[in-house]
Amino acid sequence: MTEHVLEARGLTKRYGHVVAMDDCHFDLRPGEILAVIGDNGAGKSTLIKALTGAVIPDTGSISVNGQEVQFRSPLDARRAGIETVYQELGVAPALDITQNLYLGREQRRKGILGSVFRKLDKASMRHGSARQMADLGIRVQSIRQKVETLSGGQRQAVAVARVAAWATSVVIMDEPTAALGVRETNQVLKLIERVRENGLPVVLISHNMPNVFQVADRIHIHRLGRRIAVVEPAHTTMEEAVAVMTGAKSPESLQTDGGTA
Amino acid sequence: MNASRTVRHIAASGLALSLVAAAAACSSDDDSPASVAGADDVTIGIVELNLSNPFFGTLQKATEAAATAKGWKVMKAEAKVPGDSATQVTAIENMINRGVKAIVLDPANPTALVPVVKQARDKGILVVTVNATLTPIDAADATFATDNTAAGRLIGQWAKASVPANPRIAMLDFDLSDGPAGGRHNGFLEGFGIKDGDPQIAGAALTKGTIETGQAAMENLLSAHPDINTVYTINEPVAAGAYTALKAKGLDGKATTVSVDGACSGVQDVKDGIIGATAMQFPSKMGEMAVAAAEAFISGGTKPQSGLTDSGTVLITDKPVAGLESQTSEWGLQNCWGEK
Amino acid sequence: MTSAPPREIDAALLEQEEDRGGGVRALLGNQVAGPLAALVLAIIIFGLTTSTFLNAGNLSLIATQSVVVGTLALGQTLIILTAGIDLANGAIMVLASVVIGNLATDGNALLALAAGVLVCVVMGGLNGVLIARFSLPPFIVTLGMLSVLSAVARLYTDSQSYPINSDLLTVLNRGLTVGGVTITYGVLLWIGLTAVLGYALTQTAWGSHVYAVGDNRVAAALTGIKVKRVLLSVYLTAAVVYAFAAWQALGRTPTADPSGYATANLDSITAVVIGGTSLFGGRGGVVGTFIGALIVTVLANGLTQAGIDSLYQQVATGVLVVIAVAVDHFVRTRQTR
Ligand SMILES: Nc1ncnc2c1ncn2[C@@H]1O[C@H](COP(=O)(O)OP(=O)(O)O)[C@@H](O)[C@H]1O
Ligand SMILES: [Mg+2]
Repeated sequence: MTEHVLEARGLTKRYGHVVAMDDCHFDLRPGEILAVIGDNGAGKSTLIKALTGAVIPDTGSISVNGQEVQFRSPLDARRAGIETVYQELGVAPALDITQNLYLGREQRRKGILGSVFRKLDKASMRHGSARQMADLGIRVQSIRQKVETLSGGQRQAVAVARVAAWATSVVIMDEPTAALGVRETNQVLKLIERVRENGLPVVLISHNMPNVFQVADRIHIHRLGRRIAVVEPAHTTMEEAVAVMTGAKSPESLQTDGGTA
Repeated sequence: MNASRTVRHIAASGLALSLVAAAAACSSDDDSPASVAGADDVTIGIVELNLSNPFFGTLQKATEAAATAKGWKVMKAEAKVPGDSATQVTAIENMINRGVKAIVLDPANPTALVPVVKQARDKGILVVTVNATLTPIDAADATFATDNTAAGRLIGQWAKASVPANPRIAMLDFDLSDGPAGGRHNGFLEGFGIKDGDPQIAGAALTKGTIETGQAAMENLLSAHPDINTVYTINEPVAAGAYTALKAKGLDGKATTVSVDGACSGVQDVKDGIIGATAMQFPSKMGEMAVAAAEAFISGGTKPQSGLTDSGTVLITDKPVAGLESQTSEWGLQNCWGEK
Repeated sequence: MTSAPPREIDAALLEQEEDRGGGVRALLGNQVAGPLAALVLAIIIFGLTTSTFLNAGNLSLIATQSVVVGTLALGQTLIILTAGIDLANGAIMVLASVVIGNLATDGNALLALAAGVLVCVVMGGLNGVLIARFSLPPFIVTLGMLSVLSAVARLYTDSQSYPINSDLLTVLNRGLTVGGVTITYGVLLWIGLTAVLGYALTQTAWGSHVYAVGDNRVAAALTGIKVKRVLLSVYLTAAVVYAFAAWQALGRTPTADPSGYATANLDSITAVVIGGTSLFGGRGGVVGTFIGALIVTVLANGLTQAGIDSLYQQVATGVLVVIAVAVDHFVRTRQTR
């Protein structure tokens, strides 16, 4: 059996009478793109927040690369190599690409310039961001461009590039294409595939079935606070997935892969 | 010992801060309706300009002292910034509701207060203005103020007799739409025997009546006209600022500065040769005259004589000129206002 | 960070990366171009229309006249970069200067100066705590502070001013005389502060965080930047700058006057805005502010010399503010139609 990069067992989270997560499981395999789909209010975001330290589950366990972890804050998750792209809020438009890629993780010059004068090593950061952009095949005129001069797709690409640069085990994206047009969405999907090629597994939350079926290796279907099925796009149709997701069809009818509720 | 003194000053500053907090907590007293007032309980209102200028503080304190000496209660209010008539209007409305017998008003604007003053007078309240007039002047029952045109004329005449034959004049003004400022400006020119636009005027600049704005205005004029030898200033803080600018150019013994006010600091500047002559005003007298008028009205129902009653101006200089009555700075220091 | 086969780095990106000397370039970024052009234009116009404007003495005077509001505006820039505003900076400076003036009257000038710094840091820190820790709106907090501190300065002094005689307190008005023209230490201090803050903003991580917090607070927080700590550090740094402004004020006008500098808060905001810093945060810098402060002084000085009514100075300044805000609006909306 494959070791899971990220794994959750029996997660529960209640908000008063609302059960946002109900004995929920989750598995992510190395090097895969796992899509998470589900109706509004199914509990996808709560699950993602639990996996990234933004929500502390009432019960259940999480492990990274087989090691059980207890995330108390998003910083803990980040230290474990998990990085997240948020829907729209990810970049600072007035800063340039390099500044955005290194925001909060700036590199200082060696020696007294860095230790006493706190001088940034801009050359090295620029070199690093140029390499990162090239690795992901993101085309921009210059890494000194301010992010506000980029198109919406390019901006989201910068957010993805940052996350991919710092993640050491998992990249999570919550609806990264929700605000984008068709062409730009395709750019970002390509980018997601690039991240996988570069060796990092990706969790992609999306409402867009064609997108999901285009890039995902496996699809985690979420309903009423729990995972009710995991399917492979090759063996399942979009209609079937949607039917299960909305409760019109029972999950037993699907050919599932690698997981049960 | 310096250090311990410093510590005491810091402690005093801390105390000042807590006092402010306390004052803020009780300041609502002023607006609360009067507790059932006895028949012989007299309250008067005092409405001042912004008290950041010690002139208005002196005027207010003198008025209040004269009123409390008669056993009256006072309600006080002040404009927040120069020209802030809105705050004064609100204050007068509150005073009308509170049932004051008389209001002593230093108007922030000659016309903006006319309607509310009429409202008060219609209710049988005596309204006298101090320091400045309303337009028309009989919108108030009486006015006790410096005749600013006369004050300007005095220093204009003195300057004419004191400066060289080829005067190069700098005019350091305050917004000329302000009544006193316009009066002083015109009076000075009249006393000097010239009109606006005369070639003897090297240049003019607006100040905000403060030291630092006076200094900047003088510096700018001196840059363009290094030959300036006569400086008219709207008040003594502006004269002090102008002096700093003149001194920086090495012109301090060479140019002659005239001003209006008669604050103790200004008179001291006359004594020190920084100001050649200043026209002293008598803010305490204005307040006392206003309270006397109020008393005549409250006790006997007699209204004061309408129009401007001059509270007087005295030329203060240590270089008197023939034919112009003046007093020395020594006399000035005995009779000045504000902190010595 | 990758296990995929190495890829060629985009030529354009590499070229950028070769290009060194980014420090000066970042400092003088294109945001400064507009204000600089306005300054040069104003200087040319006054140079042509008056005979005295361009002489060296007048130009050094303009620099000297700019230092107080110019220094205040440096602190104001930091705060505006975080999408804040400081209406109390003039009042903080005035309170500090009267405390210094009072304590120095018969005390040690150095101790008095230290007390002035303390006043600024405590008041600026109070603003910072209310704004950063309790998330209160900067406009309201500093408006309240303005009102309180103006009153405190008057109560403390009984509305009287203190003459300043100490050499230490007025040293900034002295300077180096070169060929009959004096560059005051105050001007040099102003330039030095601009350079130090410009360095901190463009060459350190703290600077990037200040911009990020002003530009997109949520994104900054999500990347792990401690937003509240950055905000507090900005208000405290600005407070120290205000202490320098108080010292500048005592040098320029050797009197500590509680009724002085009543509009310095708005004047400093004017300098910041004309200098190209966005009131919405995240864009601009101290070099622009330095130029903005010079522009305001040049207008006052030049129009006075040209014999034009000072009210036109207010008109001209107002027009520049509107232009600056319009340019900023255009820049911010350009890419997000
Ligand atoms: N902080 C919260 N407080 C109360 N209820 C919450 C909170 N977060 C989520 N919920 C509830 O939990 C359920 C799952 O929400 P969510 O995880 O956002 O679903 P999804 O992302 O799939 O739309 C919803 O009913 C939602 O109202
Ligand atoms: Mg959601």
